[in-house]
Amino acid sequence: MTNEGVNHAKRRFLTSALSVVGAVGSGYLAVPFLSQMQPSAKAMAAGAPVEVDISKMEPGLLIRVAWRGKPVWILNRTPEVLQTLTTLDSELADPTSNESTQPASSKNAGRSIKPEVFVAIGLCTHLGCSPTFRPEIAPPDLGERWKGGFFCPCHGSWFDLAGRVYRGVPAPTNLEIPPYKYVTEELIVIGEETEEAVA
Amino acid sequence: MKQKLNESTEWVSDRFPLKKLWEDHMSHYYAPKNFNVWYFFGSLALLVLVNQFITGILLTMNYKPDAELAFDSVEYIMRDVNWGWLVRYMHSTGASAFFIVVYLHMFRGLLYGSFKQPRELIWIFGMLIFVCLMAEAFMGYLLPWGQMSYWGAQVIISLFSAIPVIGEDLALWVRGDYVISDATLNRFFAFHVIAVPLVLLILVFLHIVALHEVGSNNPDGIDIKANKDENGIPLDGIPFHPYYTVKDIVGVGVFLFFFAAIIFYMPEMGGYFLEHANFIPADPLKTPEHIAPVWYFTPFYAILRAVPDKFAGVIAMGGAIVVLFLLPWLDRSKVRSIRYRGGIYKKALLLFVISFLGLGYLGTQPATPSATMAARVLTAIYFGFFLLMPLYTRWEKTKPVPERLTEQPSIEEKIPEWIETYHEMTEKQEVKAASGEKKIVTRPNPSGIIAVLGRTVKKLINSLN
Repeated sequence: MTNEGVNHAKRRFLTSALSVVGAVGSGYLAVPFLSQMQPSAKAMAAGAPVEVDISKMEPGLLIRVAWRGKPVWILNRTPEVLQTLTTLDSELADPTSNESTQPASSKNAGRSIKPEVFVAIGLCTHLGCSPTFRPEIAPPDLGERWKGGFFCPCHGSWFDLAGRVYRGVPAPTNLEIPPYKYVTEELIVIGEETEEAVA
Repeated sequence: MKQKLNESTEWVSDRFPLKKLWEDHMSHYYAPKNFNVWYFFGSLALLVLVNQFITGILLTMNYKPDAELAFDSVEYIMRDVNWGWLVRYMHSTGASAFFIVVYLHMFRGLLYGSFKQPRELIWIFGMLIFVCLMAEAFMGYLLPWGQMSYWGAQVIISLFSAIPVIGEDLALWVRGDYVISDATLNRFFAFHVIAVPLVLLILVFLHIVALHEVGSNNPDGIDIKANKDENGIPLDGIPFHPYYTVKDIVGVGVFLFFFAAIIFYMPEMGGYFLEHANFIPADPLKTPEHIAPVWYFTPFYAILRAVPDKFAGVIAMGGAIVVLFLLPWLDRSKVRSIRYRGGIYKKALLLFVISFLGLGYLGTQPATPSATMAARVLTAIYFGFFLLMPLYTRWEKTKPVPERLTEQPSIEEKIPEWIETYHEMTEKQEVKAASGEKKIVTRPNPSGIIAVLGRTVKKLINSLN
């Protein structure tokens, strides 16, 4: 091969121009390839709201329903529980829920629209295990400090019966509250925001 | 007939360097003549890889990567498919065997400095193989769609969400859904059977190409290419084939003995190879009471739990693997093999092994406060071994390295010494049996046992200097 009479500047320009076009083209192709791993339209549509009838719930009962594939808890809290919740603030990491995720209607002391009915997503904010419902007070395995709540078996996080996280446990924030609203006094829809914001 | 064979060999040789490949990598690849038992694990890793490929292909023929069908299809393989139980247990036991073999293979590198110059790239390729292997094992564990599959994947993918800013979106992208679901199972299947195995094969190829370029290290850690005969063949080298191919077959035999014993008698290994909770179908609404990863991930899982902050924990766990990549540049010692290194490296290595095993144990246990404290101490030792290495290896007093490979006493030569030790630890006594006959019986001799134990302990302590 002879290099005589070769326009090197032209050759360099063509080489770099082709490289740039190739890189841009690969970039464009990466978009559909990476994007197809995002949740599909079907997965997004599966986030439809769920209706729950709470008329049969006795005080102290917890039921679990699935919404968007996640466990959602509905707990009917007794007056004693509500009384206990007011005494725990000093032991909690975020008692006023300023760092936590919840709809505006549930950003209050009991973290619920109606004080007695507590609705929360039952996944620990640490690494996503589903905590165990432990309503009893001071059981032997959890000790004297336990006033009833949710205990995560994976990494030992503590939450009270308003889903508020205790200090000094791995979970960073309170349990997430999903958007929900009352259609009637005894029918809840999970996945739809209530219009009337509670002050 | 013979002529026909020669002709066809020639025909191939004119078109493909078959003979050259065979000579370069087998019959004229000169390996040091002093490989010991630690040098079995490379070829064993290759054997397990082949086992995983063959059994994996067979399993895909009956497995269904669908959240509705996956658990039942695994049970179908176990009960209804001819020999399905054997193939499945070979695959699941093979996964654990892979990690046992690879951990021992890596430890060999630490013992004899196989990662040191000029073998840095071999170590890097090997570490990439290790990372691929972890990805492969993690994704494979989701496929049976049991409780532990589901919640293990939930916890590990949640680790991504700890990354600031992009974390949540990244976790969503990996899962392909808001929770672990059918979409996640299906893509993990794709990664587990196609993507990662391909990368793994390429990396194994690169690992061996790099090894054959610079030549194998050996228990003395010296370069055999420094002393060659008039034909340019290393004086201390022997051709890989037939010498090491035959030696490796012995290793394969011993390995298969244990491998078969586990497959046939304890395929679940008491919940360590296949966890009990994984025999319950995945339930997205309920987490098992105690969740722990499979044993080969537990050291890293214990490091994750030892750190009280979510993001810092993820960094520490990732860092525990990243420091391994940096090993060739952290070690500043002039000699490779532990035989000629100073006492400080031996003690550091011993502490490291203790911390790794200790973390592995703690990772299987619930995170009680005292266990967490122990995990923190061991995590500090783990990182100390690597991060303080540039200091303590620079100071270490090494022993003089020999010019040529040394000869270690063989087992045959050790036997008389063992017999002598046995006589020292026992004594003969004459006793009268009930019938009045005199019998000579062998009894343990306490003072002899104490003397032997004392010498052994002294020898162990001395060997750390």
